[in-house]
Amino acid sequence: MASSLTIGHIDAGYGAVHVLEDVSLNVGAGETVALLGTNGNGKSTLMKSIMGMVRPSKGSIKAVIDGKEHELIGRSTEEIVDLGIGFVPEGRRLFPKLTVTENLLLGAFRPKARSEINRNLDFCLETFPRLKERAGQLAGSMSGGEQQMLALARALMSAPRILLIDEPSVGLAPLLVSRTIDKIKELKEGYNLSVLMAEQNFTQAIRIADRGYVIVHGKIAFEGASAEALNNNELIREFYLGA
Amino acid sequence: MRGVTFTLILLGIALAIFALGRWFGSSYAFFMGYVVLQYIVLGTAWNILGGYTGYVNFGVTAFFAIGAYSTVVLHKLIPAMPLPVMIVIGGGLAGLVGLGTGYLTLRLRGVFFSIATLALAVVVQTLITNWDFVGGARGAYVLRPRVAPLIGGEYVQYLFLMMLIMCVIVLATARAIERSALGYGFAAIRDDEGAAEASGVPTLRLKLIATGLSGGFMGMAGAPLPYYVTYLDPASGFSLNYAVNAIAMPLIGGTSSWAGPVIGAVLVGGLQEYLRVTISSAVNVLVAGVLMVAFVIAAPQGIVGLFQRKRK
Repeated sequence: MASSLTIGHIDAGYGAVHVLEDVSLNVGAGETVALLGTNGNGKSTLMKSIMGMVRPSKGSIKAVIDGKEHELIGRSTEEIVDLGIGFVPEGRRLFPKLTVTENLLLGAFRPKARSEINRNLDFCLETFPRLKERAGQLAGSMSGGEQQMLALARALMSAPRILLIDEPSVGLAPLLVSRTIDKIKELKEGYNLSVLMAEQNFTQAIRIADRGYVIVHGKIAFEGASAEALNNNELIREFYLGA
Repeated sequence: MRGVTFTLILLGIALAIFALGRWFGSSYAFFMGYVVLQYIVLGTAWNILGGYTGYVNFGVTAFFAIGAYSTVVLHKLIPAMPLPVMIVIGGGLAGLVGLGTGYLTLRLRGVFFSIATLALAVVVQTLITNWDFVGGARGAYVLRPRVAPLIGGEYVQYLFLMMLIMCVIVLATARAIERSALGYGFAAIRDDEGAAEASGVPTLRLKLIATGLSGGFMGMAGAPLPYYVTYLDPASGFSLNYAVNAIAMPLIGGTSSWAGPVIGAVLVGGLQEYLRVTISSAVNVLVAGVLMVAFVIAAPQGIVGLFQRKRK
């Protein structure tokens, strides 16, 4: 059974700084949804709100995981991970001085994930053969592309049903960006995930997205029901394509 | 199971050391050994928080002195109370303060946490200095019994034995942490706390465990101090030596492993003691300081790190 995520009218920010205003968004079962926006528009804040790292001042965030509905606001990050929501933070955020294997094992820190740790580890190494070769290497010594793969694999170690990915393309060469995006599609299908992906790289993101939202100054400015709708949108032309 | 074997080996070593000391029969050796053992406990306790999770605690003396002064209070209230009970109470109190510190400073990372712990040491020292019951600034006399209970002989042997047992407990705990999920969680916090949170590591709970354990062990190390020095005043209980040594020894030995603080304490503690006797009684802080600077520059992973690098 696939899982979904519904965000209803949330406001969020940091102290006196309001970042998100009345943001509503949903990720349907088995969908890949792109959250598009340039720097400073609130993509990461939205991701952090879902993960319980930033507490919204109003609104609701509901996740349906395997048929059961949960309200996420008010829960701690580790509880949210435990429910089945995986998070790949912006800039990868690996544990640079720990080995690849240790990084992966830490992805399964929660007791629920720990019971299946060996199976998940095998899965991950099968999906990312490169990581298997580098199992004993320090994560910080790998290339950017490999690190991004490790960040994805680490999030998968908690056996999530919904995966949030914050800017997978940051700091990667164009070829690696397209490989990473392909990998996300492959993972989504292989693990039967629902994916919410924040991205600046519009053209790459809509290659694999079913739908998308454009966020501007903390508000959802446009909701595209399909990749084509996004492609033909005026806002997108203005913000991304410069035409 | 491997933890049990390790603890038994430690116990064996501890017993052998004690037997050797008895056979040797020099009370100076016991007095000196006590100091080194005390630094093993103190350094390992510091390392659980500072080495494993990366939170540098400058407030060592606060926890150490809470242990020491709780013994002063207990000694005044219930003079017949056995020392092990005092150690448990002193450690428990310091552990609670550690837990409280952790709770209050949860949002402080890096250097801000260190500054807060420094402030804690000042606050606790001010409180003790102004507390008449424990002698205030004048200090308090705690006369130790002439003969050690249970084992006979001089009382310092009993103090030495207590510290030896604490070493076993602290080292077994430190090693168990290193090899458990807890240890990996600590390492994740040290490497990138935000990422640890994102991966579902319960950072808040782990930090509280670390501050509580670390503070508690420091308090335990301080609890027998009044019987050792027999006269305790704030200036000596809160001496800079304890803080400098508790930080320098793990750094010199290596913070990544339980063996680091042991190597550091034996080496630096032994050297300080030797210089104290041969050159001057004031040279010990200088030794710790110079060695710390040298190691931070030349071997940031400490002595343990040097060996690990060679093995690879």
